Order: sequence, then C-alpha cells, then structure tokens
Amino acid sequence: MSGMQVIFLIAAAVTLGSAIAAVSARKMLHAALWLVLALLGVAVIFALLEASFFAVVQVLVYIGAISILVIFAVMLSRTSLTDEGSQTNRGWWVAALGLVIVLIGVVAALSLWPKWTAMPGALPAAATDMATLGKQLVDPNGYLLPFELSSILLLAALVGAIYTAVDKKEEKP
Amino acid sequence: MLNDWLYLGIFLIIAFALPAVAILIAGVLSPKKGNPIKNSIYECGIEPIGESRIQFKVQYYVYGLIFLIFDVETVLLFPWAVAYKQLSLFAVFEAVLFILILAAALLYAWRKGALEWL
Amino acid sequence: MSFLADPVNFITQWLSTLLIGWGASASFTQLILYIIGAGALTLGALFFTVFLIWLERKIGGRFQDRLGPNRLGPWGIFQPIADMLKIFTKEYITPTGADKVPFNLAPILAVGGVLAMWAVIPYASTVFGVNFNIGVVYLIAVGAIGDLGIIMAGLGSNNKYALLSGFRAVANLISYEVPMVLVLLIPVLFSGSLGMNDIVKSQQTWNIFLAPLAALIFFTTSIAENGRAPFDLLEADSELVAGFNVEYSGLKFGMFYVADFLHSFTAALVFSTVFLGGWRGPGAETIPILGFVYLILKSSLVYFLILHIRFTIPRFRIDQMMDFNWKFLTPISLVLLMVTIVIDKLIPTDLTFIRISVHWAVNILIWVAADRILSAALKSHPAKVVARPRPLARPPHVAVDEKPGGEI
Repeated sequence: MSGMQVIFLIAAAVTLGSAIAAVSARKMLHAALWLVLALLGVAVIFALLEASFFAVVQVLVYIGAISILVIFAVMLSRTSLTDEGSQTNRGWWVAALGLVIVLIGVVAALSLWPKWTAMPGALPAAATDMATLGKQLVDPNGYLLPFELSSILLLAALVGAIYTAVDKKEEKP
Repeated sequence: MLNDWLYLGIFLIIAFALPAVAILIAGVLSPKKGNPIKNSIYECGIEPIGESRIQFKVQYYVYGLIFLIFDVETVLLFPWAVAYKQLSLFAVFEAVLFILILAAALLYAWRKGALEWL
Repeated sequence: MSFLADPVNFITQWLSTLLIGWGASASFTQLILYIIGAGALTLGALFFTVFLIWLERKIGGRFQDRLGPNRLGPWGIFQPIADMLKIFTKEYITPTGADKVPFNLAPILAVGGVLAMWAVIPYASTVFGVNFNIGVVYLIAVGAIGDLGIIMAGLGSNNKYALLSGFRAVANLISYEVPMVLVLLIPVLFSGSLGMNDIVKSQQTWNIFLAPLAALIFFTTSIAENGRAPFDLLEADSELVAGFNVEYSGLKFGMFYVADFLHSFTAALVFSTVFLGGWRGPGAETIPILGFVYLILKSSLVYFLILHIRFTIPRFRIDQMMDFNWKFLTPISLVLLMVTIVIDKLIPTDLTFIRISVHWAVNILIWVAADRILSAALKSHPAKVVARPRPLARPPHVAVDEKPGGEI
C-alpha cells in the first residue's frame, strides 16, 4: 500500500466517522464540532486529488464561515441542547435493510462499469493552473455567465437573509 | 505538488501536537487539588446567578451571514486575480460589474440597518 | 553553496547525503528531512515567542515611562523564562459543568492556527516551508481555524461572560476578515500568483509603493484580527473580565497568551512579505542568509509600529469597531479594488515611475474623498444622548434649561 492510499483511508475513515458522530451526537454543540472534523476530512481528500485551491477554499469557506454560522445557529435555539431518549425509533431495521440493498445495488452497478478499475491519466499541467481557471471564468465562451449570475445569486441570498433576520418592528429583546 | 502537501501535513501535525504535548507536560508537573470553591464559575467574585446561557442576539448571525457572502465573493475573485495580467480590459470590466453587484448588496444591508450593533 | 551563505540548504544537503549513506531510500530521507525541518521551524517559532514577550514588556514599559522588567538578568532578559517556568507548574482548574472537549481543545487550536502560518512564509530566496501556489488563501484559511478555537473557548467554559466575549470576538474577527481578504487581492493582481515566494520575487518595486492604501488597510485589519489594542475590547482586563479565556489557568492560558504574541509578529512577517518585499534587498539573491536578515529587519520595524499603536491609542467600543469595519473599511476596499484593477490595465506597465505616481495619486484621491465623506456624515449625524432627562436637584429659585434628548 502506498503512502497516498494509507492517507486516503485515514482521511475517509475520519470523514465518515465524524459524519456519523455528527448525526448521532446527543448534544448539538458536539454535533457541530464533529461536522467541522468531517469538513476537514473532505479538505484532506481534495488535497490528495491535487486540487489545492479547492482544499483551502473548503477550509476557508466551510470551516471558517459556515461552521461558525452553524455554531451560532445552535446557540440561537432556546430549547434544551441535549437530545434525551433513544436515538432510533422502532422501525430502524427497515431503513437499515433498505439502505444495505441500495448500497449493494450501487456497488454492483459501478463494478459493471468498464472504467471502474482504470487509473486516471495524469492531468495536463495547465489544468491545475489557477490562471487557466481565472481566464475561463471571464471568457465569454467559457463561464462568464455563471460568474456574473453567481454574484446576483449572492445578492439575492443576502437580501433574503436580511429580510428574514432583521426585523425592526418585532425584534427579540 | 503532493510533496508540498506532505510537508504541510507534517507541519500541521507538529504544529498542533507541540502545544498538546506542552499542555500534557504541564498537566503532569502541576498540582491537582480541586475543591468546589475553586472550580466554581467566575462571576465577578459572587456566586453565579441564573443559568450560564445568555440570550443570543440575532445580530451576530447577521454579521456571520454578510461575512459569508463577501467571503464567497472574494473566493470567486481569486482565480480572476491570478489571471489578471493576461486578461483584456473587457475582462476587467466584467470583474468590476461583479464587484459592483456585491457593493450593491453591502449598500442594501447598510440601508436596511443590518449593520447596526443593536 | 558555502555554509555561511546558505546554512539551511547546506545542512539539508549534508543530512541527506548522511542518511543516504546509511542506506535509507530517497523518499524516506525526504520524509525525515521534512519532519526535522517542520519541527525546527515550529520549535524556533515557539522559542522566539519567549523573546517577543520580553521585548513587548520592555518596550511597553518605555512607552509608559517606566522601566519594564529589569530584575532577572541584564535588562530583565530572563523574566519570560521565569514566567514560563511558573506557568508550567500552575494547576489546571476546570470549572464545573464545562464541556471537556471544546474546553481543552481551544488553546491547542489557537496556537496551532498561528504556528501553521509559518509554513508558507519565504524566509530567504531558497529557504521556505512550502512554496504553495495558494499561499495567500492558505493564510486566511488558517486564520479562520484560530477563530474556531476562540468560539470553542467561549462555549466550553460554562460561564456567561466567556460566552458573551466569545461571540463578540468571533463576530469581530470575521467582520475584519472581509476588508483583509479584499485588499489581499491587490498584491495578487500585481504579481500574478497566489504563492508567497512568487509575490516576493515579483516585487521589483515594493508593493507598498504601488498600493499604499491597500497596505494601510491590510495593516489595520491585521491588528484587528489579532485582537490587539485598540481593538482589544474582547479580552481586555477592564471589560469582559479577560473575555473568553477567563476560566483558563496554567499553561492553557499560557497558550492563549503565546498565540496572541506570536500572532502579532506573524502579522508583521506577513505584511513585510506581501507589501514590503520580503527578503528582497541588495545582494539577497546570491547570499540567501542576507535575505533572512532583511526580512527580520523589516518585520521588526512593522512589529515596533504595531506595539507603538498598541500602547498609544485608547480602546474602541464594540459598535465603533463594527461601524469602522462595515461602513468605512469595506466600502473603501471595494472602491479601491475596482479603481486599481481598471487603472492598472489602462496605464502602460513598462514605465515604473509613472505607474507608481498614478497609483499613489489614485489612492490619495480615494483617501481624501473617504475622509471628506466621513466628516460630512459625522457632521450631519451628531451623536444624540438618548437617555431620559433626569430631574435635577436644584433650589426652587434657580431655573435650569432641561431639554430632553440633548445633543452633544
């Protein structure tokens, strides 16, 4: 096993484990912190794929902004932050059975795909170059329209969020 | 490039392990004589009154939201900035349009009073 | 390369030939060298903090017209060593009801976030941790991990003051990241790469001459990101009783302290690298050790400026800090960015002197315009006293003019 495979296995195990812990934690704050660890695992997998820009952007945007927002949202809830009682309901074995069947089906379908065991070719040197990405973003034949539309999308998101969150007439004391 | 990431991974592990090791060493060296009065919560010298949770102001969340929007904007601008020297004036105007739309977002937030510290 | 000109690479070559001579494979040698290099850098940074603590206390004392530590050793040099010895043996007090994992993890995240910044800074033309092609974004990302440490400290202590201070601190820190990231785009524009070593190599003229207002905004936001005065409302002793680290004792508090001091020197290093030309100087390409000396000189100058501002300017209120950021710095950064990218395309780039003067003229114009708009806005909105008028105790024969909501 090469070093890269070992690191990938560790990163995948950490991501999956912390995702499961995030879903099943009793305290919401612990769930938020496990989510941060899962996002960090995803960033490591990005780095293994040599997509370095996306790895750091994952840390910057997800862990730096969205996790903080999630923690703020956890603190905003007035109810008790602990989940008492059992974490599953009576019919949990039906859901587990269904999921195992779906998993077997997906793995079978993927292994019938001829390229499943093929190694990917090396990326051309210009593909990981950030300047290429930048030029494509403003190329009229490239991704210019999504680039400008994303700014309008961000504007719409901000307007919606402020309209919902800031209410001068009935603000909470 | 993977060698770079390997070095960075080693650096991060050492950077997070060194303070941990230092704290553990100090934990070994220091006395451990806890009593309930020492372990009680600090509240300006009096007994803590009420729960230790305060009502969270929604203003903090609004600041986080505005920060998120501007963070994503600058992340989209970084590749463009790297390719700046090879771009034409038309591309520069496209980026100016992008930034103008987000300046309009800031102006909206300002006028709606989302930036006041309530 | 001789030992005196390039000691780090000389030692690296010598070690690798030694290890290969003992029969280790090339990749294993590489791994061992990486571990030794990373360990040396982090240990060096941590031990440098001890010196920084002494420097700050001594210089702070001189600013405040007193001597600073002068008992232990000549000029009190052994004072921080004594402090470190003391803090290693203090008891860890965990408050009742504190959440163990965030409480204990927060100091580690705070120090780790600052130490991780040292990996991408180029110390000389051939000495650097990694020459990432995304160095600038990496710096901002690890700053975000430090913020996560602060909010975990606030949440983990079972204390409402720590909680309040943690929220305020994080709201402040993330607000000041917006102009910082916007302004960091400008050196990236000029050099065409996000890697720190590339930014240094492309500074034939230092970036501070090409973008002075950007340098000023970056300097201000770096101080604010650090939580230093005048932005230290979040952890000041007279405010929220030392803020988010009120429940920490012993070395855990020491770690927050180390993170604070190391962060200010790291901010000075980053500023010198991005705006002041890093290791560039006469003769730095051929003799790498000279580049290191230049970098230390430049960042010491910037660090002294940071200390000067810390001990001179009074503290801001939290709403003043937020207004300053969102209503002054962010619009200026946006306008500066838009104007810089248009102007830099329009002027021919081979005339350096014209380029510098045009950029300076535009920056000064933006600065003056912002100043005028600010003073006009302040004049038209005077601060109002909104308290109810209190009845004054006065003898009956004296008339006092009581206007409700008097203006300052």
